[in-house]
Amino acid sequence: MRVPLSWLKDFAPIEAETAALVDAFNELGLVVDGVTEIDAVDESVVVARVLQTREHPDADKVQLVDVDAGGEQLQIVCGAFNFGPGDLVPVARTGTTLPNGLTIERRQVRGQWSEGMLCSAAELGLSDDHSGILVLAVDAEPGVPLRKALAMEPDVVFELDVTPNRPDAMSVIGVARDLAAKLDVPFSLPDVPELPSGDSPASITVKAKDMSPRFTGLVLEGVSVRPSPAWLARRLTLAGMRPINNVVDVSNYVMLELGQPNHPYDLSRLPGGGLLVRRGKQNETVTTLDDVPRAVGPDDCLICDAEGAPVGIGGVMGGASSEISETTTTVLLETAYFDPMSIARTARRLGLRTEASARFERGVDYGGIERAVARFIALIEEVAGAHPVGGLTDVSGKLPKPARPVVRTRRVNEILGTALTGDDVRRYLEPIGFECAPARGGWRVTIPSWRPDSELEVDVIEEVARHHGYSNIPRTVPLSPEVGRLTPYQRDRRRVREILSGAGLSEAWTTAFLGPVDLEKAGLSTEAVHVHNPLDHAEPLLRPSMLPGMLRAVATNARHQNPDVRLFEVGRVFAPPPAGDVLPTEREMIAVALAGADAAEAVRVWDVLCGTLRLERVTAEASERPGMHPTRAARLRASGEEVGEIGEVDPDVLSAYEIEGRVGWFAVDLQRLLAAPRRPTVFHPVSRFPASDIDLAFVVDDSTPAAAVEDCLRESGGELLVDVRLFDVFRGPQLGEGKRSLAYRLRFNALDHTLTDEEVGEVRARCIDAVQASLPATLRG
Amino acid sequence: MRDELEQVTSEGVARVRAATNLEELRAAEQELLGKRSPLATFNQRLGSLPVEERKEAGRRANEARSALQAAIEECRLALAKDDRRRRLEAERLDLTEVIPGRGRGHLHLVTQTRDELEDLFIGMGYQVAEGPEAEDDWHNFEALNMPPAHPARSMWDTIYLDLGEPESVLLRTHTSPVQIRVMQSQAPPIYAVMPGRCYRYETPDPRHLAVFNQIEGLVVDKGITFGDLAGTIETFTNGYFGPGIHSRLRPSYFPFTEPSAEFEVTCIFCEGAGCRVCSQTGWIELGGCGMVHPNVLRSGGIDPEEWTGFAFGFGIDRLAQIRHQVDDMRDFLVNDIRFIEQF
Repeated sequence: MRVPLSWLKDFAPIEAETAALVDAFNELGLVVDGVTEIDAVDESVVVARVLQTREHPDADKVQLVDVDAGGEQLQIVCGAFNFGPGDLVPVARTGTTLPNGLTIERRQVRGQWSEGMLCSAAELGLSDDHSGILVLAVDAEPGVPLRKALAMEPDVVFELDVTPNRPDAMSVIGVARDLAAKLDVPFSLPDVPELPSGDSPASITVKAKDMSPRFTGLVLEGVSVRPSPAWLARRLTLAGMRPINNVVDVSNYVMLELGQPNHPYDLSRLPGGGLLVRRGKQNETVTTLDDVPRAVGPDDCLICDAEGAPVGIGGVMGGASSEISETTTTVLLETAYFDPMSIARTARRLGLRTEASARFERGVDYGGIERAVARFIALIEEVAGAHPVGGLTDVSGKLPKPARPVVRTRRVNEILGTALTGDDVRRYLEPIGFECAPARGGWRVTIPSWRPDSELEVDVIEEVARHHGYSNIPRTVPLSPEVGRLTPYQRDRRRVREILSGAGLSEAWTTAFLGPVDLEKAGLSTEAVHVHNPLDHAEPLLRPSMLPGMLRAVATNARHQNPDVRLFEVGRVFAPPPAGDVLPTEREMIAVALAGADAAEAVRVWDVLCGTLRLERVTAEASERPGMHPTRAARLRASGEEVGEIGEVDPDVLSAYEIEGRVGWFAVDLQRLLAAPRRPTVFHPVSRFPASDIDLAFVVDDSTPAAAVEDCLRESGGELLVDVRLFDVFRGPQLGEGKRSLAYRLRFNALDHTLTDEEVGEVRARCIDAVQASLPATLRG
Repeated sequence: MRDELEQVTSEGVARVRAATNLEELRAAEQELLGKRSPLATFNQRLGSLPVEERKEAGRRANEARSALQAAIEECRLALAKDDRRRRLEAERLDLTEVIPGRGRGHLHLVTQTRDELEDLFIGMGYQVAEGPEAEDDWHNFEALNMPPAHPARSMWDTIYLDLGEPESVLLRTHTSPVQIRVMQSQAPPIYAVMPGRCYRYETPDPRHLAVFNQIEGLVVDKGITFGDLAGTIETFTNGYFGPGIHSRLRPSYFPFTEPSAEFEVTCIFCEGAGCRVCSQTGWIELGGCGMVHPNVLRSGGIDPEEWTGFAFGFGIDRLAQIRHQVDDMRDFLVNDIRFIEQF
């Protein structure tokens, strides 16, 4: 909302400096997005009378104009032809600097002297009308400065960001009322004439009273459509609207000033001589003022001619067929109140936000319609010579009732932390139209019709707070009765991140949205939760896996000559809801992608993670997994429950993502993993006696997992076996096809004595026997 | 005899000093002090001397032995020192020629920011609560005082999922639904922050992401006031940004709070003087806050006459962007290691 200071001053004697006004607006919650200082037109732009126009002897796109600039005759070369002898026009005399920075000098144009410049409205900063010289419709003597003739003063325009709860602040009077109260100066509404009475010559029928609870019509005759006078055009321009003609401009002026959108129709172009308000029909189309045909339906309120043909979408936009034109002489003025919810729905569905819909969907002042109509009458008489015929036709349905909450002074202070008295509360409320009547413990407050957002006691408390000033409320800090801390899960999740980053991995944040192609390329099923309105039509799925996103990140880095990034991500994946549920299943995952590294490296990172988290009984069983290398992948289980997968990404998947080399990978359900049993943090005595190390190598089939050998060794080693470590893997022709040698170092130790050679020999033999007996393995001699 | 001993001593010391390594020194020691050394021979001859001379000669012989031993010891120390110097010199390593190891990885800047924010509120006695990213309409809108078709819903452009009734399941547009879940799952007093990922149907640009991270705070207790809200925001601001940075609140509108406010902090670059970052205002807008609307407390099963509360929320990514001067927020999602490793 752009509000010129001069307009605010029509309703309140505002004297404060611009900076103080910006502060006041901000404190009111009418946040100032911008301030434009408007300079007055230079004194040396004066009113001049055209004496005669002559052809330029050597040019046909310009003419010579003789003007009387107040006892002095000037010859001016001018490129516009929209005026004639007797007209009053503005002339910028030599030495003038125009708002656009141009300085006027005496100069020759094709051999003819030009002693000034005739100006358009745009050149004077009055509007953006470039169409010709501004012909002045004022009673002024030649030589009088233009700013005096048009009563133009320097101005300041505030651009306010109005929140959706403040319909009143979508009007100059609403802003002035709030500001006057804040500055403690009086506020007055514009003076308006009394409304005429009598039967209206136009018929008004409202069939959709739920959508349009109040609808009025007034006929005005003797309209002379022409450009608006400069003062009117100037105000609209400053407020950010384009002047069109005097009728449309008055309509907009009333909307900006009073916040009441209204619509003038050319009555002669309304078949049946009136209006009918109804719901749209299935498959109905309305062509709006912007010449766009729009599909409407039963949820939209249509304004139709008396024969039922649509002429506009109620509260959103009028139609082209009954638009005001130069030939209009009789106007039917619509001034109505539309249901905010239905306007919001229609505007949203049509993607059509207009000045009118922005106001109606916030809720206009249904009690201010008479004032708006009277203001329209006064202005249209002044600028278009029109007068009303008959009275106002007023069709009302069920209008909202003003709320009347009791506002308890104690409650005000309880919510705000202030020590206000009842009188303080009233002092803040009454200047903004909230009437206070005594009630037990405070006031019964009648909410004004222009503040439909305010309804409850707490809403009124906000008004008190705004006018008291948020910055005047003393600051305190409440004390939590509890110790703040992360949950065990949250702590562990942070540790996971620390462990992985300590292991040299960096954290990625990959996209939540994928396309079916991304999943297919990654060898994954495309079964996933569908987004109804995807941001990118190529990505309509919520990720069921982190693999595609991580591969994309690896590929991005490879393209930037970093082919060996080690990345992890902690994030959620989504699956369709289980039967009977509405919300999708969300699982928090850790995914690790090691570019340029193999499955063994993934296992090493995984071991660090499990070791640090003291996870027990975590196993990896070879398994074929979608998207993973078929012979280098395993299913991860913690205490028997599947928690994820580990290995390498399938080479075909990598080439689909244009990644060279191997990518080590694991992805684990973090919640399940962290729920698995942990090795207790209980002291385990260490021996004071020397340990005995022995090495054992077994020749084992490739199909026998090393983990099985290790498990067997641990089991048979018993208490004396304190450590088993695989230190060498060897394959060679002497071992035979499909076999390898696994060499382990076993450390034996007793708590209470040094082990004898016999004891070590015994347990060594037990280990060898157990491995050879339970597995297809032989001790390597 | 006396001359003989002096000669043995002086020659012996010279012999010791001539040793260039410990091996030669050991040979010299053997030669000068061993069983066949001149001193040993001299001692054997002592018995044949008259008693009156014997004592004097013995003393002199001991002196000579001590002198030689001292010289040997001195020389041994010097040689050992030399030897050590030579040995270690051969091990000399240029510590700037080391081939770097892999080094530590980096947490995402947004994670670091989130952790820091969480820790700050944990220090103030808050818990950290979380909720689902896919939500139902009730938690995301209706329970937050936005019944169906409420115009304020248009403040959040929503991404819906094709599940259940049309527009009934969505990706949460803010972390506020977690407020409701917390209130439903625990009785007041509540002191909690709720960080998490949110989604909006918006075209990403340098200052906005469609998928972004927010942190929300909720306090519900007896006698909680707007002054408590303002004081808590100020404490957070000083704690996070430093003592010179302050906060201010100005009226705003959110359906779930009443009174509502925007909160701004002193521009961290110009400290309030006015600069390009803060558009010359001296303030940077950070987030929204307010007193929890009575209808929202009721949605959470809490009696608004007995308990009052405040809530606040702001963007974690936006905060990280401002603080670390990241030009384009979309870089957070590219996962270029050259970006990640800067933090």
